[in-house]
Amino acid sequence: MQVCVNGETCATRAVYVADLIRDQGADPARVAVILNDAVLPAAVRATTRLADGDRIELLAFAGGG
Amino acid sequence: MKEDPFLLGGRVFTSRLLIGTGKFAAADVMIHAVQAAGAQLVTVALRRLDRDRPHDNLVEPLLALKNVTLMPNTSGARTAAEAVRAAHIARDLCGSPFIKVEIHPNPHHLMPDPIETYEASRVLAKEGFVVMPYMPADPVLARRLEEVGCASVMPLGSAIGSGQGLATFELLRLIVRDARIPVIVDAGLRSPAQAAAALEMGCAAVLVNSAIAVAGDPPGMAGAFAQAVQAGRAAFHAGIMATGEASATSPLTAFLQGENRPTVGDQET
Repeated sequence: MQVCVNGETCATRAVYVADLIRDQGADPARVAVILNDAVLPAAVRATTRLADGDRIELLAFAGGG
Repeated sequence: MKEDPFLLGGRVFTSRLLIGTGKFAAADVMIHAVQAAGAQLVTVALRRLDRDRPHDNLVEPLLALKNVTLMPNTSGARTAAEAVRAAHIARDLCGSPFIKVEIHPNPHHLMPDPIETYEASRVLAKEGFVVMPYMPADPVLARRLEEVGCASVMPLGSAIGSGQGLATFELLRLIVRDARIPVIVDAGLRSPAQAAAALEMGCAAVLVNSAIAVAGDPPGMAGAFAQAVQAGRAAFHAGIMATGEASATSPLTAFLQGENRPTVGDQET
């Protein structure tokens, strides 16, 4: 399955959004998810299935003024 | 000096130096600078996860600092709608009700968009955020932002990262004169003297990032800013003298008068 993560197309075997976050090596508690332009609440990541062509943005805090 | 707190969103703050976390060479240097500044409000940005360093975590070491409250910012947003969404995401991530609304669509001058800033601030204040808008130094906009429930206004001293100091001095003076919420100068300060000047004129606080982050010794510079801010605030309270004509500080009684002493108007020949 092909999905687009932070602007980059990649192949994934992840079934649920939570799997994808884990595969990216991120701390789930410190990552926000936008799935196809809508914020995906943390509570439903484990039950939200990925679909071919999904666009996923993974956001985290970074240094900034 | 006695405690001199100010209120933001019903919370009491004693440190009048807010810190931005961008441009630091390393996270531990940033943490040391925040500590040296004694900062209680620290701003962070939202960015796409760095896939090469997914474990980088700015938030944990900041929250481990006693008395530090996170104030996420919405930089990167170009519209009010984007800023509102960023605010929601940030609150979900850290739980802080503080949000620095920051909408500057033009990367060349980074000037805040007053219309989008106003709209985002209005929406977020209504939703219960403690809204701190980064804004042009405009007294009319400041009043409008106060009216829609912002906790403070954060007018720019000069462009972000420019180090041009209080280029907007006269406009800041007008904002401070009329504001009933804290005025926090955000952006443009390059030296502690400029921070002191902002506090002397009645600003409640300053937010500093670049000047500390790119200093040779960031924690050292953070400490210097902290002292300057305290000095400026103390001077504001103490009452700064008016400018005017020359006025002698020593008595001018002419007890040294002699034959050869020139008096006013005499020309030496």
